[in-house]
Amino acid sequence: MSRRHRTTTQPPWPVAVPAVLALLFLGLPLLALLIRAPWGQLLSVLTSPTSLDALRLSIITATAATVISVIVGVPLAWLLARAIFPGRRFARALVTVPLVLPPVVGGIALLLAFGRRGIVGQYLDQWFGITLPFTTAGVVIAEAFVAMPFLIITVEGALRGLDGRFEDAAATLGASRLTVFRRITLPLIAPSLVAGAVLTFARALGEFGATITFAGNLPGVTQTLPLAVYIGLEGDPSEAIALSLVLLAFSIAVLVLLRDRWLRTGTPT
Amino acid sequence: MRIRSMLPVLALVGLMTSCGQNTNATPETTQPTTTAAASGSITVFAAASLKGTFTTIGSQFEAANPGATVTFNFGGSSSLATQITQGAPADVFASASNKTMETVTTAKLAADPSVFAVNSLEIATPTTQSIPVTSLADLATPGIKVAVCQIDVPCGATALALFEKNKVTVTPTSQEPDVKAVMSKVTLGEVDAGIVYVTDVQAAKGSVTGVEIPADQNVTTKYPIATVLTTKQPATATAFVQYLLSPAGQKVMREAGFAAP
Repeated sequence: MSRRHRTTTQPPWPVAVPAVLALLFLGLPLLALLIRAPWGQLLSVLTSPTSLDALRLSIITATAATVISVIVGVPLAWLLARAIFPGRRFARALVTVPLVLPPVVGGIALLLAFGRRGIVGQYLDQWFGITLPFTTAGVVIAEAFVAMPFLIITVEGALRGLDGRFEDAAATLGASRLTVFRRITLPLIAPSLVAGAVLTFARALGEFGATITFAGNLPGVTQTLPLAVYIGLEGDPSEAIALSLVLLAFSIAVLVLLRDRWLRTGTPT
Repeated sequence: MRIRSMLPVLALVGLMTSCGQNTNATPETTQPTTTAAASGSITVFAAASLKGTFTTIGSQFEAANPGATVTFNFGGSSSLATQITQGAPADVFASASNKTMETVTTAKLAADPSVFAVNSLEIATPTTQSIPVTSLADLATPGIKVAVCQIDVPCGATALALFEKNKVTVTPTSQEPDVKAVMSKVTLGEVDAGIVYVTDVQAAKGSVTGVEIPADQNVTTKYPIATVLTTKQPATATAFVQYLLSPAGQKVMREAGFAAP
């Protein structure tokens, strides 16, 4: 592929100065985290029971939230992209709300819906004896609420951009709708599905506001990594910094996984 | 073109010099520590449990000192202490325990704190109880949901001291970041009981039901206040502390249920 734009070798400095400022602004805090990290005691801090509990819990809950998002999110993405039904625009708007909603508001909304006195939660409690707040399941719900839109929107975008002729061809050759979806549609959107799942996992892993509001904070049960960082800052800041490094490492890993999508310039996928 | 292209940089330089002027100008505004004519704006970092009283005292102080403005940053005392030691621009720090104040005095960012109030604990329960709670011993009931503050903030440390003093074994459902978070979990009925301050139950005005803890079982915590030594408004900061310790400020504290130091 030929380059369409020639790279300017000498940027004009009224552009370069603010650009460098912006880069410094974004980079310095991360550098500070690395400089002030308690490297000497990193291993002992990260293998402390609190840290290990938080790490284990974070991975379990973020994975569960991602799996749930894929199971119910992909069908919803398909509906939004393909089916014609009343209120489709409204449904699509609804899906994007958790993306822009402050997570702590999401947490309050979840309490009012699924809390012990919530509009649904009170019946869960009365009929089945299930209460979700302050449980690990509650953490998964908070994370899925905040993260699922990432999956739905990514997959929906892929479905919309799909060349319909492959599916039409399969259908004319006698494949059932389910077979078309399984053998044609799914493989074609697989890269986007993976990207969406990785994004969802990353967002779930970093979830703080909705989690601490809906699921509270109890080590080993609902205290995920971001909560441990926040609480750690009140007691032992070096622990908070060490745990922040773990989250930073995860974020970088996500970038590496999705590098083809974001870091390759000029070629829209 | 040359000149026009320099404009953003000139603006930036102007901004930097004007910031410099501000810091240079502050010593001139320093006044003798009388109650009269404090001016300028100060930021008070205060324990979450002081939210109601300090908001009232802040507006009274502003009314008594035209030209002075007070803004508050309420939160868990220990996270406020961390923010201050990390360089947050606080002018006054009011903490819910001597221990968290020590974090700031040890860092040489405050000196000679004055205790301005004493608080004790109370059990807050939802207005409609699903598990009856009438005493401290009830908190050991199997299956009961109890919210406390996390151990590093004063209300959490005081709650733990309360449990130890009375030898009750409580398994908390959640360790919240500050006392207001415990209150909201009780108000919403998500927990059966929460350990909060006497003053929080009083301030809730009936949205929770308080279960008093007898004085011989109860544990108290002292509230110290100090000006932050890096303040650029030492006169106003000192005037605020003095106003709090004055009869007018103490009256607000007493009415909210705080005990005298």
